[in-house]
Formats: sequence, C-alpha cells, structure tokens
Amino acid sequence: MAHVLVIAEHDGAGLQAASLCTISASFQLAKAQGGEVHVLVAGGSARQAAEAAAKIDGVAKVLLAEGDSYAHGLAEPLAALVAEIGGGYGAILSPATSFGKNLSPRIAALLDVGQLSDIIGIVSADTFIRPIYAGNAVATVQSSDCVKMVTVRATAFEPAKADGGHAVIEAVSAAVPDARSRFIDQQLSKSLRPELTAARVVVAGGRGIGSAENFKTLIEALADKLGAAVGATRAAVDAGFTANELQIGQTGKIIAPELYIAAGVSGAIQHVAGIKDSKVIVAINKDEEALIFQVADYGLVADINQALPELCAELSK
Amino acid sequence: MKALVAVKRVVDYNATILVKADGSGIDTNNLKFSINPFDEVAVEEAVRLKEAGMVSEIVVVSIGPAQAQDTLRNALAMGGDRAILVTVDGDVEPLAVAKLLRAVVESEKPDLVILGKQAIDGDCNQTGQMLAALLGWPQGTFASALAFKDGELNVIREIDSGNETVSLQLPAVITADLRLNTPRYVSLPNIMKAKKKPLATTTPATLGVDVAARQRVLKVEPPAKRKAGIKVGSVAELVAKLKNEAKVI
Repeated sequence: MAHVLVIAEHDGAGLQAASLCTISASFQLAKAQGGEVHVLVAGGSARQAAEAAAKIDGVAKVLLAEGDSYAHGLAEPLAALVAEIGGGYGAILSPATSFGKNLSPRIAALLDVGQLSDIIGIVSADTFIRPIYAGNAVATVQSSDCVKMVTVRATAFEPAKADGGHAVIEAVSAAVPDARSRFIDQQLSKSLRPELTAARVVVAGGRGIGSAENFKTLIEALADKLGAAVGATRAAVDAGFTANELQIGQTGKIIAPELYIAAGVSGAIQHVAGIKDSKVIVAINKDEEALIFQVADYGLVADINQALPELCAELSK
Repeated sequence: MKALVAVKRVVDYNATILVKADGSGIDTNNLKFSINPFDEVAVEEAVRLKEAGMVSEIVVVSIGPAQAQDTLRNALAMGGDRAILVTVDGDVEPLAVAKLLRAVVESEKPDLVILGKQAIDGDCNQTGQMLAALLGWPQGTFASALAFKDGELNVIREIDSGNETVSLQLPAVITADLRLNTPRYVSLPNIMKAKKKPLATTTPATLGVDVAARQRVLKVEPPAKRKAGIKVGSVAELVAKLKNEAKVI
C-alpha cells in the first residue's frame, strides 16, 4: 500500500483547474496502488487554498506548508520541501503546467527517480500512457522507480469535484535551502476572456492573420462574439501578432475545447499536437491544401479577411 | 565566464513520424536527424553572450551515438569553442543524462549551463531541472530573455499566465524557450573551421555514471486518428452545421 501525493498549483484562494484534473488522475492511481490521496498546498499564505483542497471529495489529507520562500512557486525551495516529505509516497503527481514542469523534475532528481511527463492515461500502479514526438506516437511506459514521479496533462482527466470532502489539514515544514534564486516580478496578461486551457470555445489565429492589428480585429472580435478564449500558433506569436502565453501546441498549451476555430492556421504537426483532442475543429484558410483541413471537422476555404467578419455577422443574426 | 551547452541529436522537426508495425518504437530508418531546435537556441544564446564579452569559452556537450558528432560540429560551426561527446547507444533517460552532464560539469566547472527546455522526440522537459537539482544550482527554465545585473543573472521565463522574472546567483542552469533568440545560419567557412575545433569523446563508464534504464517502454502506438471532416461552401453553411449538426454554438 502506498499513498499518492499531489502537488497543487493554487492562487492562494483556491486550486487551479489543472490541479483538480491532476487530483482526479491521482484517485485512479491511488486505487491502483491501494493508498490514499494527499494534497500538498504550499505558499506564502495558503490556508484558504488548503481549505479548498480539503473540501474535494476523496482527498484524505491536505499538507499545508506556509512560508515566505514558497510565496512565488520557486522550484528550488519547493523541491527541497517535497524531497523531504515525499520520499515515502508511492507516487507524486503535479499538473503539466509551467508550474509543474518547472518543479517536478527537480524533485525527481533529488529523490533519484525518473519522471513520466505529461501522462494522458493510467494503466496500472506503475504503468502510464504518454504522448511522444509531438503526439505523433503514444507510448505505454512502465516505471521501476520506488516513487512514480508524474506530471499530468489536464485535458486527459475530468476535474475532481470541488466539494463533498472533509480532509484533515496538517501543517508541514522542511529546512529551506540557501536562497540562490529570487522572484523579481510577473507580467501577467490581463484578459476578461476565459482561460485558454479551460475554455469551452477557442478561436486561434496563425501566420495567415498577417498582423497584430488583424489579430485584434479578426480573431479577438470573433472570440468575443462567441465568449471564447483566444489562442495562437507559434508562427503568430513569433511574428509578434499576440502574446506568448496564447501559444498552443507541442511546447505551448494543450487544449481540448468543445469547439476550436483555426483561422489562417496552416496546421503544422507541432500545433495540431495541442488541439487534436478538441471535440469539433473548424478550419478557415484560403489554401485548400493546408494541413489543418486534414484534422478539421468543418473546413471552409476562404479569405479570412472576409470570412471572419462575415462569421461575426452571421452569429449576430 | 565559461558556458557549457548541452545538445541532443533528434529526428528533424519536419520529418514524418511512423510507428513500427510491431509497436516497439519509431521507425527512424531513412529519417533526417538534426540538432534539437531548443538546443540550437541554447547554443545561439551562448554565442551571443560570448560576442557580447560576457562569456569567454563555450563547451558543447552531447550524449548519444557516434553520429551525434555531426550535431556537435553544427554547434561548433555556430560558435562553440570545443565539444565533448559522451558516447551511448540507444535511449538514455533524462535522469541519466542529467547525471552524465553533472559529471562533465564537475570537471569543466562552467559558470553557466544552457540547455533546450525539451527535446522534441521524448517531449520530457526534465533534463535541465534535474541537472540543476543534482548540482544544487538555481534554475531558470523556459527562458525568453537573459540579462546580467549586479553579478546576478535575470531570467525572463515564459509561464502559463504571461512572463516571470527571476534573479539567479551563478553558477546556474538555464533552459531555453523558442523566443530566447533566432539561431543564425551557419556559413560554409564556419562549417570548415568547425572541423578543426577539438572534439573529445568519453563514455558513461569513464565518467562513473550508471545509465541503466528505470523505465521500460511496453509499446508505442500511433495516436487515434480524427475522422475526416467535410468542406463547407459558405460561412452561412458553416454556422448552420455548428448549430444544428455539431450543436456547439
């Protein structure tokens, strides 16, 4: 019997959606390993987030670590903490977000275990499914390490129910290593639109959008019409049409909305890796040979400069 | 200041990936191999730091088969000064790669190690963080800009909600994101010059590192294919389909 530890990403008040999906994956794994699910909530002041975690149905215990060194999610003190309290667990799961990707391998190395990144399925207590080669292949991998160190692709697991539970909250602490890294600041994008990885509808633009101005007047306008999140390809971000945190794909965000609309997107495999689990894919591109049409449920060969305003108008009818 | 850059030889990002019929892995026969694109960004950053007078020597390291010498020569042509190849056949897991790199770091004593944030074959995104942990060094992952300030290294990191700046004491490990820079094209004279730069080879046994696998790949399959869709003739038809057929708006 071995317990499973989830490292929660939170904003001080509650858990991020990706953490709820990771907890849901941990329930499957805990069942296979025959143990309980514990959730670590660490932060400068994280009691409120810990209380939210304790209410999740199925969580047995919440470990709360508070201290200035944990305030900004820096990997160095957090990894030292988890390495100290986590060695006895059968598995340690983190969301495959920029937070989890930064932290989890550092813990793995401190515990001298390997890691399985970005899992999309759990086969048994020691065997996991994960995409490789930008999702062009799917590998089933068995780990012989005593602690299974795993990051979880949020879109592959339903979020855990955020209520109905009564877990105990236990304070934990560990020696903090000498700080050789310092948080300076964050430049967060301010948007009233839904968060990209959680949105029901996503409208994305590629290189074909042509300019930052077009990105605003075409993509963002359509997104607002649909109450959708905005995304972009690497080419559109590199060209400066929009911000880097909107990049979807192999090395950007992975999304699985109900409806994904790709406008002026060629459909490079690295981009398709991030969208192919969307329920319905719509592609609008003037090049009828564009690869994106091979994965689209509905394709429209048209000039986006006309088609997108027309689509906005049609939706207003 | 000395910089060490780790590079991996991977299947080219443009290559079409085919899974072997027996499910044992990827068929890499006849595929083009190149330097991992994120590692190319890492090399470029080191070269720019050298051109700016911040770095005096660049050592490039690869772990892989004998053919990884080509990858290292490419990095030398970009501006690396010398190269080290740790010869290993077959897959090496990120933890073992990090241990091999730690051994090289301990003998080379760089002030800065730069790696790509992930290799585009295994998509693990682990090695840099693991190396930093093994060395007890601070880490600046997913870097999109570097700046030296008062003896510390300021790193702008790409995070899910925007950007973050952290300040690291040296020595430190950096992992490069794509927007850190745009790698240069290597010129023919530099390719010729790179052939004369020193390239040493070593082995895991010489470095005293156990590279035994901790993970076993049971099978590799192609992903579930999306069924082919239809083309619509107009925006009105598209909206009608989304409303009445797909029922998503």
